[in-house]
Amino acid sequence: MAMITPPPGSSLPADVATPVDLAEPDGATHLTAVEAEELGLAPAVKPRSLLRRGWEVFAENKLALASLGVVLFIVLFCFVGPLFYHTDQVHTNLQQVLCPPSGSHLLGCDNVGYDQLGRLMVGGQTSLEVGVAAAIVAVLFGTVYGAVSGFIGGVADSFLMRVVDAGLSIPYITLIIILSVAFHPTKTVMIFVIAVFYWLGVSRLIRGETLTLRTREYVQAVKVIGGRSRRAVIRHILPNAIGTIIVQATFAVADSIIILASLGFLGLGVQAPATDWGSMLSGGLNYLQSSQSYWWLIYPAGIAIILTCIAVNFIGDALRDAFETRLQRR
Amino acid sequence: MAPLLEIEDLRTHIRLRSGVVHAVDGVTLHVDEGETLGIVGESGCGKTMTALSIMNLLPVGGHIVGGSIRLDGTTISDLDHEAMRRIRGNDIGMVFQDPLTSLNPTMTVGKQIAEAVLLHRPVTKEQAYDRAAEVLDLVGLPRPKERLGEYPHQFSGGMRQRVMIAMALACEPKLLIADEPTTALDVTIQKQILELIDDLRRRLRMSVILVTHDLGVIAGRADRVAVMYAGKIVETTGTGTLFVNPRHPYTEALFEALPEKAAETREKLYSIPGAPPDLVHPPVGCRFAPRCRYAADRCRAEEPPLAGDSFGHDFACFFPVGEEERTGARRSVVTDRLPEPSADGSAGGEVQLVTEHLVKDFPVTSGALLQRRIGAVSAVADVSFEIRRGETFGLVGESGCGKTTIGRLIVGLEKPTSGAIRFGDADLTRSRGREYRRQRRHIQYMFQDAYASLDPRMRAEAILQEPLVVQGVRSRSERQQRVAEMLDHVGLPPGAIERYPHEFSGGQRQRLGFARALMLSPDLIVADEPVSALDVSIQAQILNMMRNLQRELGLTYLFISHDLAVVRYVSTQIGVMYLGKLVEIGPADQVYLRPAHPYTKGLLDSAPVADPEAERAKVRAGVTGELPSAIHPPSGCRFRTRCPLAEEICAEVEPPMRAFPGSGHLAACHFPLQPVLADSPATAVQAP
Repeated sequence: MAMITPPPGSSLPADVATPVDLAEPDGATHLTAVEAEELGLAPAVKPRSLLRRGWEVFAENKLALASLGVVLFIVLFCFVGPLFYHTDQVHTNLQQVLCPPSGSHLLGCDNVGYDQLGRLMVGGQTSLEVGVAAAIVAVLFGTVYGAVSGFIGGVADSFLMRVVDAGLSIPYITLIIILSVAFHPTKTVMIFVIAVFYWLGVSRLIRGETLTLRTREYVQAVKVIGGRSRRAVIRHILPNAIGTIIVQATFAVADSIIILASLGFLGLGVQAPATDWGSMLSGGLNYLQSSQSYWWLIYPAGIAIILTCIAVNFIGDALRDAFETRLQRR
Repeated sequence: MAPLLEIEDLRTHIRLRSGVVHAVDGVTLHVDEGETLGIVGESGCGKTMTALSIMNLLPVGGHIVGGSIRLDGTTISDLDHEAMRRIRGNDIGMVFQDPLTSLNPTMTVGKQIAEAVLLHRPVTKEQAYDRAAEVLDLVGLPRPKERLGEYPHQFSGGMRQRVMIAMALACEPKLLIADEPTTALDVTIQKQILELIDDLRRRLRMSVILVTHDLGVIAGRADRVAVMYAGKIVETTGTGTLFVNPRHPYTEALFEALPEKAAETREKLYSIPGAPPDLVHPPVGCRFAPRCRYAADRCRAEEPPLAGDSFGHDFACFFPVGEEERTGARRSVVTDRLPEPSADGSAGGEVQLVTEHLVKDFPVTSGALLQRRIGAVSAVADVSFEIRRGETFGLVGESGCGKTTIGRLIVGLEKPTSGAIRFGDADLTRSRGREYRRQRRHIQYMFQDAYASLDPRMRAEAILQEPLVVQGVRSRSERQQRVAEMLDHVGLPPGAIERYPHEFSGGQRQRLGFARALMLSPDLIVADEPVSALDVSIQAQILNMMRNLQRELGLTYLFISHDLAVVRYVSTQIGVMYLGKLVEIGPADQVYLRPAHPYTKGLLDSAPVADPEAERAKVRAGVTGELPSAIHPPSGCRFRTRCPLAEEICAEVEPPMRAFPGSGHLAACHFPLQPVLADSPATAVQAP
């Protein structure tokens, strides 16, 4: 039986159908299991797991399914592709500088003779690895920081949040440029550089979420039954903030890929022969103005960035719904 | 003369993802000039949708699919948006339930009212503002000219509702639709607002449609009543006739579910089994048949028409109740009476919980980082009382009087500023750590909003087991057994453990919340407004359940509510609070029948009673004015600013608790309404 309960805050009038109240008039007559089942209260089959029900909500969103397909394809392309499409991405080959797409080089070559398609795969590896890793580090740290700040409250909260404000008040591109100049830009350093900036926003958001959740009655109820704060945070606040956290994480992936691309574009990203999509764009930019069209230097990497980021964002949207128990049906 | 408003066979559908809701299904009614028509029914019965259909303000997906609405001879149901816009606010005014969300917080009140005038009248801005001041004066707002420039947040809830009414009246409509106009307000303010609407109707010769779930509100104000159920009118007649002789079983059941009907006898309430039908798939035949105790096969197959035997009393039932039946044998109502509160007031056993000079101030701070303290809200000020084992202590008062804070102090959700709470031998305000957590299990809390108090990500089973886990019950099978036991106690099926809170109905959630409170076998349950969000019939189910379990498990209740009828029905002892002070305390019947404090009397007079005779009799009684600020409470007696008997001494000396006839009946007043028993000042704790 599908029960549609309007989500809170929806404009549905209260005067429309409410779920059927099957409770008997007084405590004296109780429903037997059989009766309850007939009335649709007891599950007739073994209840499906939370994950399964979440997936069903997710799968309803066709855009998200398509996005998932896109992301899967990009991941396979970057990590499995090189196994089938062998190219030399270490040694430059001046004989094939800027060669246009052909049978042997499907997407042509760049200004130092690397095969463009192969480079797209290698650059994608960097972009995806840095994007995901930076997002995980930033969200983990930001969540803990924000949750602690929000739950403790008071002066500690004020202090912790002023630290975040201070961090956010520095123009992020300056911050990142300083950091990436100070350290030799390798993948690990880039992950660290992006995470250092990105956790600030996450912590602020999670703190806000914790502040609202902390006053919820079900969190207060823990106190009434004699539970500790730890229980309130771990069993009630974090699970209910999980939707926000997951959505933040997916957006963080997209944002990290873009930040890495911007750094690469400025020439501050990972250094050759390693590359990422942003560095590839930067390399192609010099030839954008020339009379001959070198489209294969710009479009593949640009499209890859846009496609990945849009797909990840759509997935994040659908995940938020999937984690909303109220939208799950039996 | 033709009636002002005629609705014929109105059908309104709302299209949702899950199907089409037949929200209004063949409603026929009329409103005469200058009369008040009451529309009553439980939530989800279509009364608000009927009102919105008249205004053509249906929610997204809502459409009038059949029937006609005629206002003053013109059919308005098929007018286009432009034409309807001219009628809205001009010929028909509407007052909504929640004055907090119906006013625009970024516009001055004067501008909002003037806007309504400018829309419909060819006037200048000045004239519109003059009119705004005029209507504000009309609805009894002091200094209307000055208040035009104020914003909604500068008004109290009652005042905002007055502004809403003023807005609805700005263009002198012929018809005023008031949709639950007082549901969000306190009884004392409710009475003032209802009186205002009534008074304006007479002075402006308007017609009024009063939509409400509260039979008491209807009793005193409506000339005629239409009872709605599942999108249909099941009974309609004059108010007096309806209350004396309801013919439809649903109307009858509604009356019998009212706690005030059983306040003196304390018989078990009649509760309508089940809940209103799903209007996506309305049942065949009479829609009430599945819940009706008189239903026969014919009711389930055929739909009874709305017809009557005498002029003006229509009902849709094949087997009407009332009249003939009533003169004969009384219906067999389950009569199991509560143990009468014994004459000396010690219905319970030994003293279980004592509060001594309990004080709670909430600091008012300013500044983000350094949080300077600039004042304090005196939420609870020197409150002392005791609760005996097995009794139900009812705590009543207007919102903001501190009754909820007392409940939260007792269950440990707030720390008192000073004073003591003793439970048995232990002082709850002093214990810490492990000992404190162990003590917690003896006192449990039932939240006002059960839905908000249940973690949306937990299944019922996990919710119910959590208290046991916290208190260290390790064995899984033991926990499961206890959960099953509790579900059975509160009348939920065993299959309920698999469900999430959002999969329960309102009444079921309240049961679940109650089951959680019972998990630790507590001695005392603090129930904060446990039934105020529920419909009458569901309310009766919950009250019956609470009462049954009190007897079975030997529970003690601290029952906090603003609803005097409910409190009287369940309580053996009653405490009346006003602005942080306990003003009167005593055995329930004593306090209700012989109130000593003027505030108690005012509250009792304000509460609407489902009895037209009694309602009309108590004209102009009740409490005037509004609750003063708790940041700067009045000196001396805090009630003096609204008290009809107040004299100079009331402002200077705080009245002590004094004893009145009837044991344990105390009140704090210089000029009590009852003779003082012994002229010795006493506090609640020292008294016998």
